[in-house]
Amino acid sequence: MRALTFHGTHDVRVDTVDDPEIINPRDAIIRVTSTAICGSDLHLYDGVIPGVMPGDVLGHEFMGEVVEVGPGSTLQKGQRVVVPFTISCGSCFHCSVQQYSACDNSNPAEKQDASEMMYGHPMAGLFGYSHMTGGYSGGQAEYVRVPFSDVGPLVVPDHLDDDQVLFLSDILPTGWMAAENAQIQPDDTIAVWGCGPVGLFAIQSALVMGAARVIAIDHYPHRLELARSLGAEVINFRQSDVREALMEMSGGIGVDAVIDAVGMESHGFAADNMIDVVKQKLGMGFDRASALKQALLAVRKGGRVSVPGVYGGFSDKFPLGAVMEKGLELRTGQTHVPRYMKDLLGKIEDGTLDTTFLISHRLPLEQAADGYRNFKEQQDSWTKVVLKTG
Amino acid sequence: MKSQNLRSGSASAAGLAGLIVLGTIAAGTGLYAASRKRGHKDASDDAPGFTARGLFGQRSFGKYDVVGRSVTIGRPREELFAFWRDFANLATFMENVEKVQPVGSDGHCVWTLRAPMGETVDVETRIVSEEPGHLIAWRSVEGSDIDTEGRVTFEDAPGNRGTRVSVRIAYRPPAGELGRVLAKIMGREPEVQARHDLRRFRMLMETGEIATSARRKDQTRAARQAEKHREEETA
Repeated sequence: MRALTFHGTHDVRVDTVDDPEIINPRDAIIRVTSTAICGSDLHLYDGVIPGVMPGDVLGHEFMGEVVEVGPGSTLQKGQRVVVPFTISCGSCFHCSVQQYSACDNSNPAEKQDASEMMYGHPMAGLFGYSHMTGGYSGGQAEYVRVPFSDVGPLVVPDHLDDDQVLFLSDILPTGWMAAENAQIQPDDTIAVWGCGPVGLFAIQSALVMGAARVIAIDHYPHRLELARSLGAEVINFRQSDVREALMEMSGGIGVDAVIDAVGMESHGFAADNMIDVVKQKLGMGFDRASALKQALLAVRKGGRVSVPGVYGGFSDKFPLGAVMEKGLELRTGQTHVPRYMKDLLGKIEDGTLDTTFLISHRLPLEQAADGYRNFKEQQDSWTKVVLKTG
Repeated sequence: MKSQNLRSGSASAAGLAGLIVLGTIAAGTGLYAASRKRGHKDASDDAPGFTARGLFGQRSFGKYDVVGRSVTIGRPREELFAFWRDFANLATFMENVEKVQPVGSDGHCVWTLRAPMGETVDVETRIVSEEPGHLIAWRSVEGSDIDTEGRVTFEDAPGNRGTRVSVRIAYRPPAGELGRVLAKIMGREPEVQARHDLRRFRMLMETGEIATSARRKDQTRAARQAEKHREEETA
């Protein structure tokens, strides 16, 4: 089959690799019809996530048709499914309390050591996202082996297009969980750092959940325009001092909750961020957390902090004092996708949520490498790339 | 797991240096080091003995090295006990174990362990203690190539979390020519092995399968290892 494989930093290629086959009873093989490049794929592309090997098939946002099932799968050939990026067994302690992205059984036993050593506990398996999370072949391919196919994949009705439901695999639930983690109350003002796909979906979700105001922060004019079109007010951090602006816009109280939808490779001009850029380039394992640092200072006392942005290592000069002294509440984590998929499918069907506005480019899988490069280098106009097979 | 060299018969320079350091500190700190080395802990904390902080992460009890690991599995205690007690099942999730063959009906077993160069080593064990549903303890028989004992306990976990399974294995690092081969097997870091094996046990019991990220059957870790072993055997 054809698949987008990692060769090195800023070097991904579409190669011919072995087709997947059923290995375990609960597996299914999916013929991918649509797959997207995620903002977090750019962290792999930029070489800042450890444990990615040459030849690894990337991609964790995908959907398609079931073409083969193991005896333990509940899927049937021919069904159209969206597959969560998290792999969940459905029966471990964490899955039983719906913490699907913390599944204990989906990351192969010997691959759990790295994250256990780094974080104190092993991470779950994820599609196409380094060997630390299992080394599973990802979805930017013609076919994918999907383990525990009776748990994660959601069957979608035929009257919805791929483009309407594809983002149930990751970014829509991720934006939704980000807003949920902000514990939004009526009259709340919410600030969202980063108007990439997750930030935009978080804005949309926060408004659906009843936030009075959402203020979006970015520096790409087109992305800020998209945020505005969803109903947010916007701040361009290249033009305005973000903390001062937020204080003024919230009447001196500060925003009630903040959402960091930027993550480890944030842009910014503060001296500490510049230093962090250098350390990250030198491979010293430091996350650039400048968006999060700014958010922690901007949020009001007793406010809530939600972090859907991806971090993998350590952060320097983290303002822990602000967290304690201001009495902040911090919620984060990889998205528990299966917890939200069905509800969100309902909201897509009844028109509450639209996801198609985000897609700026549709390319054949064969042009995936161009998609990565442009998504990376032209972030203003390339908001979301969807790859089509066949 | 950093201290494998200390245990094996073919200690490297670093391992020897470590041994000397170990000896010096043990001599220098008297009773404290002695009590630690034997895995004794005073009654001031409730942590399991094998979690005692040892030099280079090494835990020992007299001449035996000790490893331990617990895992909570969301299945009933009796079911897990029964699966484990049917010793032939152990090879399905223990990576270094090619097969476990019961001998007679009194709990004697012959374990066939994978060794380097396509070889295998047999170890015969007997059950020294058994409480159905709760505990199995075994020991290698007199004159066995590997001097080892172990126990697995099954306790109800709080609430509806299933069963807490705890494994403790003590083994005496073997000596001599055979010892060097054996050391290589045991040197595959028993602590790491126990950790992996218990994860696989939980996977098998909770999900009915053992997770693999391979794309094809012949690329799974188990398939590759079996293949490598076969190749070495014929070489």
